[in-house]
Amino acid sequence: MAKPKLALYWAASCGGCEVAVLDIEVKILDVAAFFDIIFWPCATDFKYKDVEAMPDKSITLCLFNGSIRNSENEKLAKLLRAKSVVLVAFGSCAHEGCIPALANLTTKEEIFKTVYLDTVSTYNPEKRFPQPITKIKEGEIEIPVFYERVKALDQVVDVDYYIPGCPPQSTQVAAVIEAVIDILQNGKPLPPKGTILGAGDKTCCDECPRTREEKKIKHFYRPHEIFADPNKCLLDQGIICLGPATRSGCGALCVKANVPCRGCYGAPPNVHDQGAKMMSAISSVIDAQDPAEIDKIIQEIVDPVGTFYRFSLAHSTLKGANL
Amino acid sequence: MITLKIDGIEVQVPEETTVLKAAEKVGVWIPTMCHNDLFEPYAVCRLCSVEVVRGKRSRVVTACNYPVSEGIEVLTDSENIRWIRKFLMELILSRWPNVKVVKEMAEKLNVGKPRYESLEKDEAEDACILCGQCVNVCREVVQANVIGFSYRGIKREVVLPLGEQSDKCIVCGACALVCPTGHIKMVIEDYKGKKPEFTLGPKTSIYVPTMQGIPRVPVIDAESCIHFKTGGCEVCAKVCEPHAVNYDMKDEIVEIDVGQILLSTGYDIFDASKMTQFGYGRLNDVYSSLEFEMMLSSMGPTSGKVLTKDGKEPRSIGIVHCVGSRDTNHHPYCSRVCCMYALKFAHLVCDRTDAEIYQFYIDMRAFGKGYEEFYVRILDEGVKVIRGKVAEVSEVTSSGEYKNQLIIRCEDTLAGKILEVPVDMVILCNAIEPRKDIDAVRRLFSISKSPDGFFLERHPKLDPTSTMSDGIYIAGCAQGPKDIPDTVAQASSAAARILSYISKGEVEIDPVRAWIDDKYCAGCRICNNLCPYTAIDFIEEKKISQINDVLCKGCGTCVAACPASAITGKGFSDAQIVAELEGLLAI
Repeated sequence: MAKPKLALYWAASCGGCEVAVLDIEVKILDVAAFFDIIFWPCATDFKYKDVEAMPDKSITLCLFNGSIRNSENEKLAKLLRAKSVVLVAFGSCAHEGCIPALANLTTKEEIFKTVYLDTVSTYNPEKRFPQPITKIKEGEIEIPVFYERVKALDQVVDVDYYIPGCPPQSTQVAAVIEAVIDILQNGKPLPPKGTILGAGDKTCCDECPRTREEKKIKHFYRPHEIFADPNKCLLDQGIICLGPATRSGCGALCVKANVPCRGCYGAPPNVHDQGAKMMSAISSVIDAQDPAEIDKIIQEIVDPVGTFYRFSLAHSTLKGANL
Repeated sequence: MITLKIDGIEVQVPEETTVLKAAEKVGVWIPTMCHNDLFEPYAVCRLCSVEVVRGKRSRVVTACNYPVSEGIEVLTDSENIRWIRKFLMELILSRWPNVKVVKEMAEKLNVGKPRYESLEKDEAEDACILCGQCVNVCREVVQANVIGFSYRGIKREVVLPLGEQSDKCIVCGACALVCPTGHIKMVIEDYKGKKPEFTLGPKTSIYVPTMQGIPRVPVIDAESCIHFKTGGCEVCAKVCEPHAVNYDMKDEIVEIDVGQILLSTGYDIFDASKMTQFGYGRLNDVYSSLEFEMMLSSMGPTSGKVLTKDGKEPRSIGIVHCVGSRDTNHHPYCSRVCCMYALKFAHLVCDRTDAEIYQFYIDMRAFGKGYEEFYVRILDEGVKVIRGKVAEVSEVTSSGEYKNQLIIRCEDTLAGKILEVPVDMVILCNAIEPRKDIDAVRRLFSISKSPDGFFLERHPKLDPTSTMSDGIYIAGCAQGPKDIPDTVAQASSAAARILSYISKGEVEIDPVRAWIDDKYCAGCRICNNLCPYTAIDFIEEKKISQINDVLCKGCGTCVAACPASAITGKGFSDAQIVAELEGLLAI
């Protein structure tokens, strides 16, 4: 029997997800032994045309990380969708937009202006911007078109499963791969479409070892402004921790390191908009009656969008700033 | 018991009784001028001198402080005694010939023009006759020890320490009360830079708050009671025959288990001094409605007479409606009762004085049964009603008998004229406002308040007596300004509701409840503090929160706040709401 085929692709993301795959350590050997890795630009030398040449549905499993920032990302997303039986949005960028999607707070024009003109290290006296097609002596060269908005993978193509996290925890990745191998080897049924793999059903609080009290917040602190008590709930101490509105699965990694949860595992089940839910929760526990005092407390939250939608802006109800 | 004879009448009295008291018992009159039951006999006027005969011996003693003894015979009207009394009375009369009590006593004792001429003759009508009652009452009863005697013989006089107003004086007025000649007077004056405060309150420190109150028992005002200032007095305890006065009673907290609660915590009146244009608290004779009500009370400080601060009957009175109510700067609502009590004031003032009465109103709201008829009756009584909001009350000084005159400035919106109405007294119809502690109370009972600040009813039309908290009912002005008939109706309705539950014995609850899905709750505890009905508990063992079905009212606060969406409102789940929206949008 021919080996199942595995493809891995890296769209608009930092590369951390690729490292997370490798981070499963010796299990990568099992992967290599069980699967026939037919496409993994980061690790092996394949060309897009090799993939294009494959028949549809010939790839058993495709782990797609990164969001859809430009036309190349979109093209590959559509290509891999067509060629794959199971397409998995791997990591927060593919899952719900992640950090790249924070660019949705501004415009393509502004981004280009910053990147190609305004930064101190840029020297661009002719004010040239990247053009999709450039004519040169030898003919035309083409680069991908930069889109106005960043999208999550499932906003471009149909996605079968999701593995959340920025990046997904290696233990979770290993567990998912083991499960996939088990399913393929033993002919077990696949989980229902849309299932979030490698994560729990509760929130980060479930895995958090800290003691929680009834919440009454008088001040918000940024992590560097306070010596946080390592045993008490960070939110109780006024440090905005997205744990209550974040799916469990990471093992409360950040909070165990005295750093508040930033929400990379995305919204828990039943929650449609992680940021809105967290804002709703936090606004409920501000301990003040006087509107002026409430206003003052709220002003202590620096960069609310970046705080509450750090990972989920592309998937949020608003999808970005309404510019 | 001791048996003795007074003027031939045999009498039995307990030991330690004085001759004066024994004589009182058998109805034998002995004249006194310095005696007062409030304190120990002082025996300084000597008028109570009597002859005590024991066997063959006889001596003259003062009856007020001479204790009875077995077998004595007291003569109060012997030749000797009559001579002594006449002599003493002549001495007193010669010194203070014009004092009323002295003249009356002289008349009683048949003493005419005295044979002597006093070196220290004082012809004042309110001269001090050195009876010492003020000194004794201050020392023994009040225990402030402020007043004392100074000098001796004919130079003797009643003085304050070093002749100056003393810090120790608690201004109780006991000295003025006992002074038989009126020499000591209570004067309201600026004292140490403090403006004298003139408020109309109860006349005494122990008083019955209202004759309609149940139980109708007196209360002590510890702020003004002498006993609570100096530890002395206790006069009320001494005169109370059943010994019911108890100074040691303290506020106590009593816990009672109840199933239902009716809140009728009442209201406060708007502090009119916030509206400086009316001069309340700054100008004399500008009164709040409750102060004027106190003045009209027959139990009040003026015994129901309408008097200005100078004690004169006012020639004209202005009644200002809507002070703080129907005013966007203060309370936008109508206080509802003011129009009618203002008309009642006018009616009572008409009845008791000849004063001209002006009502300054915005709209006359005589809405209840018989109210419009009362309004018409007031108009017939000659009360002048002026439609217009008062702009200002100011004070003018005149040289006439009425030194201070108030001027009310206002626009008569019906006549289209600016008026300046001179009055002697202004009565402000203060708005009814929520009690100062209403927020603490409503949090205690987990109920809401409406935008006007009063307790919020479950439904303004269909359920005005109950609240969103089951078992908590509201009645009266705690729910909103209302008059007595409305309050009685609302309270009766609430009582009936309460009784219906008591007789039923069980309670039905609405199916709309929130519930927490254990599968999704991670115990972040965000919801724990939010429940206005305290229905959410944190289960320490399971590390999750739980909702008490009986306490929950399905308000949805926790549903919105739950960051994990582990809480669902039964009947209002996200899926249901989205489906409803889709249905609406499909139309």
